[in-house]
Amino acid sequence: MTQVVLFNVFNGLIVGAFYALMALGLSLILNLSGVINFAHGGFLALGAYLAYTLIPYIGFWGALILAPPLTAVLGLVVERLLIRPLYGQDPLYGLLLTFGLAYIFEDVTRFIWGAQSVPFQVPAWLMTSLSSQLFFITGYRVFMVIIVTVAVGGLFAVLKYTRLGMRIRAGTRDLDTVSTLGVNVRVLRSLNFGIGIYMAGLAGVLAAGLLGLSPTIGANLIMPSFVAIIVGGLGSLLGTLIGGLLIGVASGLAAVYFPSATEAVIYVMMGLVLLVRPRGLLGEEGRMH
Amino acid sequence: MANANPRRISRRRLVKSGLALGGAQIFGPFVMRARAADAVKIGLDNPLTGTYAALGKNELVGCQMALEAINAKGGVLGRPVELIVEESTSGDAGVAVQKARKLIDGDKVNFLLGNVNSALSLAMAQVSNEKGVLHIVPGGHTDAVTGASCHWNVFRVCNTTQMEANAVASALVKEYGKRWYYITPDYAFGHTLEAGLIKAATALGGTRVGGDLTPVGTVDFSSYLIKAQAANPDVILFLLGGDDMLNALKQAVQFGLDKKVHLAGAQQEMEPLEGLSPEARIGTWVMEWYWNQPGVPHVAEFVEATKKRTGRVPTARTWFGYVSTWTCALAAAKAKSLKAVDMARALQDFHLPPEIALGPNPAFYRAGQNQLLASLFVGEAQAKGSAPDDLFKVTKVVDGAQVAGPLEESGCKMTWPT
Amino acid sequence: MKPARVRAFDAAVCLLLLFMPFWMAAIGGYTELATRIVVMGLAAMSLNFLLGFTGVLSFGHAAYFGLGAYGTAMAIKYLGAGTIPAMALGVIVATIAAMVIGALIVRLRGVYFAMVTIAFGQVFYFIAFRWNAVTGGDDGLTGWHRLPIDFGFVKLDIFQNDKAFYYFALVIFAVCVGAMAKILDSPFGRSLIAIRENERRARFLGVPIEWHVWLSFVISCLFVSVAGALYALLNNFTDPRALRFDLSGNFVIMAVLGGMRSFWGPLIGAAIFVALQDYVSSHTQNWMSVIGLVFVLVVRFFPRGVLGMLRGGAKA
Repeated sequence: MTQVVLFNVFNGLIVGAFYALMALGLSLILNLSGVINFAHGGFLALGAYLAYTLIPYIGFWGALILAPPLTAVLGLVVERLLIRPLYGQDPLYGLLLTFGLAYIFEDVTRFIWGAQSVPFQVPAWLMTSLSSQLFFITGYRVFMVIIVTVAVGGLFAVLKYTRLGMRIRAGTRDLDTVSTLGVNVRVLRSLNFGIGIYMAGLAGVLAAGLLGLSPTIGANLIMPSFVAIIVGGLGSLLGTLIGGLLIGVASGLAAVYFPSATEAVIYVMMGLVLLVRPRGLLGEEGRMH
Repeated sequence: MANANPRRISRRRLVKSGLALGGAQIFGPFVMRARAADAVKIGLDNPLTGTYAALGKNELVGCQMALEAINAKGGVLGRPVELIVEESTSGDAGVAVQKARKLIDGDKVNFLLGNVNSALSLAMAQVSNEKGVLHIVPGGHTDAVTGASCHWNVFRVCNTTQMEANAVASALVKEYGKRWYYITPDYAFGHTLEAGLIKAATALGGTRVGGDLTPVGTVDFSSYLIKAQAANPDVILFLLGGDDMLNALKQAVQFGLDKKVHLAGAQQEMEPLEGLSPEARIGTWVMEWYWNQPGVPHVAEFVEATKKRTGRVPTARTWFGYVSTWTCALAAAKAKSLKAVDMARALQDFHLPPEIALGPNPAFYRAGQNQLLASLFVGEAQAKGSAPDDLFKVTKVVDGAQVAGPLEESGCKMTWPT
Repeated sequence: MKPARVRAFDAAVCLLLLFMPFWMAAIGGYTELATRIVVMGLAAMSLNFLLGFTGVLSFGHAAYFGLGAYGTAMAIKYLGAGTIPAMALGVIVATIAAMVIGALIVRLRGVYFAMVTIAFGQVFYFIAFRWNAVTGGDDGLTGWHRLPIDFGFVKLDIFQNDKAFYYFALVIFAVCVGAMAKILDSPFGRSLIAIRENERRARFLGVPIEWHVWLSFVISCLFVSVAGALYALLNNFTDPRALRFDLSGNFVIMAVLGGMRSFWGPLIGAAIFVALQDYVSSHTQNWMSVIGLVFVLVVRFFPRGVLGMLRGGAKA
């Protein structure tokens, strides 16, 4: 029994890392632009399908490198044309727009690549388990954790050490002042959005190796991301990261003790956090208005 | 932001009209309807978007092929037949019911077909029963449709979960062992399938060493697989459908579980198999219809016709759609009328002609239950077969009538209108 | 006293609603579609009570809609209740839930409030989904249907008779809408509008904001649950999708499409949206793109909605 528990906790961290990647992209966009990107799952699916299309030409590694930036480019286009005009308006409109985009993305994906699930080929040597005992730690999952770690690490490094990162962080706190200091806020928001979508695209490529690739692949992943952000705290990327990991572990533990509650447990966690500490674990005071 | 610039406004108008024009151009080819006044109408209320889109689309292809064949032979009672297609979505009962009513009240269809989703089938069956319209369910599997919730006007083509369970249980117990672990999706289909398998296995000495109910739409099965492996079973049964099945199998193979434990299940379909990479195509399953049936007449023509139309082989879903639509025509022909009660009576114990049954055993609708009993194909999924689409190796063809169980056990108490 | 133009508009709407089953059939619709418009219209108008008149964005109203639906369905299926008592049960359950949740989230605003309402909505979706034995789980609650109502002196067959059910729904709609109009016209209603316009100023004027927002939330959810109860009766079925956030999103778009700032706006938006969805999904498999496009176009080009535009200017 202990072994099952330990395995599930470990596995939960692996799965949680994936949730964290997706939630971080969402959180990045939310913090700076105040837009809840309902289309995040759609971008994830696009990233996955782009990789699927590219694999026959440039192989898995090529697709892994190329698909996320391509998705990010699409994200930039969407941001420039559709979302930018909405900044400063009621957050309602951003929500509705991305909501509509989610519908469109799913339909377009289905139109281009078909409703049928398609096989996604991952390099064979990644598919083996680490050992017979630790069978659930497959090469692919380790690889996924490594990629997520690199991406998240890269994100935090960019935020901490580059000028762009510093401006994003400052903008999250007080965009008006940043603007008066002479920073081109529009470009800043675009780039921020692009980074968020890059992470969605990357999550998509990783997801395709783990799950079946069909047009609805993103739809089930968006709710856990929301919960990760609420639990971790609005405005805090580290909080989102921790939130994602917590969700993964909680689901894993629930699978052992209360199998029918594996989904419920993340909402229970969210409920508890809202009751006890409404701003989230690492959320900042005053972000709620 | 105030916007008093008149040039700006007219540009917006230009964009709007351009969009409208463009929209009309784009949607032209997708119009699915054309009407003829005197036609006999069959209404199809099936998913074309969402999780079940692929399954629904294949059923639609089958319906269309049947429609062409029926019209080529002179239609129904001398009148041309028309198929009116409505999208039910993959899970929104409100829409499915709305469309059913639209087809019945608005379009005045003579027959109703649908749904892939079991729950939607039940909801639609209530409507069709209320309105007294003949209703054929091509691919909704929950037992209640021809069981506890059966109606005189509702017929079903695909198997009950009990039939599938009975077909595969003995093969599994004999060849792989008696200790079974169940991964069951948490909805009626999963529950009844598990119950059916437990019953069939127990009769053969099998035991349930453990199991998990997984939420429909689960993406990551790792925690369940970890538990399954820890229970040390002989066989792990995957009772999932659609994308859930795909994900679970993919992950089970990634974990190398197939090397330690035998993986199996009851219902399997071509659609998830086509979505798996070759090394993940493993396990023992039951298919409700399979395209590669050497020696069985008429099947090859059906396969060719489908390939010409879609570029792929027909799946069980294609066959479901084909049979459902033909059933409508045959019922009317036998009853010599389009009255639902007459046609329903005509279908009691009705045998499908071989070019529609497309299987080695006779296919007929059991009287008092309205359930089609045909052939079930037990076999193994395979990475490569004799042809590119040969993803399944049939080891045994089971006669549906043998595994259907007695009528009393189905729970169907059919009442006819006076 | 309302200006004559407004009263004329009200009268026009009432007349259209009164005869909808008849003119609906003439243009290729069917009675059930008309009933659907009334139900969705009530839901959108209830949401707008909170959204358009109090200025608070809830994206989780489907939860209370669904609770109304499930309460009604379970009362009929398990308790054999009559139609009115069943609806009452659904409404009571949903309103209590709204009171509790409203109290938890009343201090939040803007995007965060919206996110939290979505998340709570999902909790109920999830409960309906998993509590199989009671709610029927993914398969929904089936095997029951609306029963004819016996008023003693007359029996209203709302089960077999589509038109009878339409008028039944219309009466309920009228009662709810009338109540909402009355509330908005009262001092309480005026305070809500004040909060929408400028919350800080309202606070300085001594308006107890949290209490007002909470009450507005509860009232809004109460009426949305009535719509949910009607929806269950309409379908003779209810399932977890009645609780999902995409339905919430649909309510919001209906309100925005018709015009958030006007009373009848959401009803117009609901009519357009329901009819559009019905029509488009019959004619193309790509209806999702069309609906998504509607969302995008409304936000970009018609943020004030149809009625907002008719009142002058697409954007202000």
